[in-house]
Amino acid sequence: MALKQRIEQVGNVKAWFGELPVESLYTAGVGGEQFFRTLKDEGVFTGTRCEQCGIVYVPGRIFCERCLTKLDRWVKVGSEGTLKSWTVLYLGLDGKPQAEPEIVGLIELDGASTVLVHRLGNIQPAEIRFGMRVKAVLKPKSKREGAITDIRFFEPV
Amino acid sequence: MGRRVAIVGAGMTKFVRRAQETGKELAFYAAREALNYCGMKLGQIDGVVLGSAPDTFDGVHMKGEYLSDGAGAWGKPYMRCYVGGGTGVFSVIHGWYHIASGAFNTCLVICEEKMSSFQPHPQAAFLTIFDHTTERPLKPNLLWIFALEMNRYMSTYGLRKEDIALVAVKNKNNALDHPAAQIAAPVKLEDILNSEVLAWPVQRLDVSPVSDGAVALVLAEESIARRVTDKPVWIEGVGWALDTAYWTNRDLCYPRYVEEAARMAYRMAGITDPRHQIHVAEPYDPFDYKELHHMEGLMLCGRGEAPQLTVDGVTRRDGELPVCPSGGLLGVGNPIAAAGLMKVAELFYQLRGEAGKRQIARKAKRGVAQAWGDLMQVGTVVVVGI
Amino acid sequence: MKQKKETMPVLPGTGLKDEDFKKGRVLTTSWNADARYAWDAGVAIGRYLAGLKQGKILGVGCNKCGRVMVPPRIFCEWCFRNIDEWVELKDTGRVNTFSLCYVTWDVKRIKEPQIPAVIEVDGASPGMGIMHLLGEVDPKKVQVGMRVKAVWKPANEREGAITDIKYFKPI
Repeated sequence: MALKQRIEQVGNVKAWFGELPVESLYTAGVGGEQFFRTLKDEGVFTGTRCEQCGIVYVPGRIFCERCLTKLDRWVKVGSEGTLKSWTVLYLGLDGKPQAEPEIVGLIELDGASTVLVHRLGNIQPAEIRFGMRVKAVLKPKSKREGAITDIRFFEPV
Repeated sequence: MGRRVAIVGAGMTKFVRRAQETGKELAFYAAREALNYCGMKLGQIDGVVLGSAPDTFDGVHMKGEYLSDGAGAWGKPYMRCYVGGGTGVFSVIHGWYHIASGAFNTCLVICEEKMSSFQPHPQAAFLTIFDHTTERPLKPNLLWIFALEMNRYMSTYGLRKEDIALVAVKNKNNALDHPAAQIAAPVKLEDILNSEVLAWPVQRLDVSPVSDGAVALVLAEESIARRVTDKPVWIEGVGWALDTAYWTNRDLCYPRYVEEAARMAYRMAGITDPRHQIHVAEPYDPFDYKELHHMEGLMLCGRGEAPQLTVDGVTRRDGELPVCPSGGLLGVGNPIAAAGLMKVAELFYQLRGEAGKRQIARKAKRGVAQAWGDLMQVGTVVVVGI
Repeated sequence: MKQKKETMPVLPGTGLKDEDFKKGRVLTTSWNADARYAWDAGVAIGRYLAGLKQGKILGVGCNKCGRVMVPPRIFCEWCFRNIDEWVELKDTGRVNTFSLCYVTWDVKRIKEPQIPAVIEVDGASPGMGIMHLLGEVDPKKVQVGMRVKAVWKPANEREGAITDIKYFKPI
């Protein structure tokens, strides 16, 4: 049957419905464990520094991706940083309009070479400027779990 | 065929049921170990080949990209390859032609798997092996395919469970000397035969475990290889072949796709009498009967004859043709893609006399490694020599 | 270059136990992919399913290699050309291989074994099998080579699915 032949009777083909039951449980990893525990217990951000490449990875990683050296020098970085980019989300994950538009940004914390992606809060889209200073707003210690959501959002300084 | 390519370094992580490390960290450990082994730096690596099985295990979409930093591929040409369980050996083949073609002088080959992320049990991730419309409505599980194949193999040649189980005894004991081993144990034949029946004829101790782990090899072209080490292990032959994905349309008693891949590799390596010209073999052994099945596909013996070789002790470490001296998947573990690469790494150590307590008694100059998987129809073979 | 001698080194990697997770000793996140699909059955399987609804097992034939194949497909994968005809096969066959399975897909133990099998369907070329279950048979009496027949759901319960055949039983 050639590609250009039509199916005249729709009943001859049908769709079979099913699912792929994929449920995943991720460990934070050795680097992640250190970063998130410190964030949870002390409310500070930490990274690892590669002396050879002069890069500070945040969240901290146990290896440098550029020279593959093992990293074990953990350093503290600031809770404030610079906004490198941002976007306003009008549609939700399901493709439907959101009640409140969400603002998401890339933040380079002071001292880090990498950026974090997170929400922006206490700010209107019109007020956002590239390069503006922002700071992390954390959940109170009792509510922190050792997850990226321990940061509620970043707000203007 | 093309330039000469050698394996000059190898490294791996422990194989464990559930690793704390992320897939990236596992990949890094293996890559780091392999580079340390031969004293090479990441900057000397021209390209990276990564092998990893379905994204669903790690639960990371586009796993190749995700693992690229741990694989040392930042800023380098990078390729991911995948044929299910056959990936481990397949990745070496990719690394080989990167260099044999003249396009690269060195290549890091790395395989990683973090199956433990999959809930409730990684075995369920294999459901997709079955056709979604004509097979999955019957609620099958992975064990069915192996059990059906094992039964066909046993019925066709009149084989005894007791003889097949000897493979599990051999490999699990061999693995006691492997530093990465997950479930090495001094088991006896009765332990295998008394273990829980999962899907007859498959019993619990006939099966390799689910594992997390990573393995890496460093490959180099001849002049670099000779500078890096005085014992380069040459890749002398490669072969790969695929049979029909309609697994119920072919006779499961014989893996003809392994034979086709083996013929391709043997022709390249100039091997005309595998039984005597191959000195050590690492066929894929996710189940004990598979080692035998694959030995026959590799033409190391006639069809239906592999159990007798095991019974006669020929395949023990002190035998004439040691098979799975590493302890194989049955003893060391089965992080899908990394498992096959572990076997090639074993040949690397064995041929150089660096396998420690696992070192086989006889002198080995030529070895064959083989992996299998995908929709149970791929054969990937590599012949190495020193 | 200094080569390390591998005796029995301690390799990197940290193994965890179930307990480590239960007691929260390691931080984790979880994700349910919620992957739902509507797979097109395709031209060949669509017709196969329609045949099952009518209580028939259909196959296809390739005149070049002479095979009669099941499950049906629109092209012969050996000759790489369109198949030439559709053939109604019998609903009987021979057990090519079987297993007695005591665990479910999510690794739970069951008491009465399920009996999956590859059944070579009568009317198709030798070795052409489909996977299905065996029923109405004592697990101890199942043998490779046994002749079996499909047990169908009543016509009004059939949906156009492989499960329109409940199982195959010995004849």
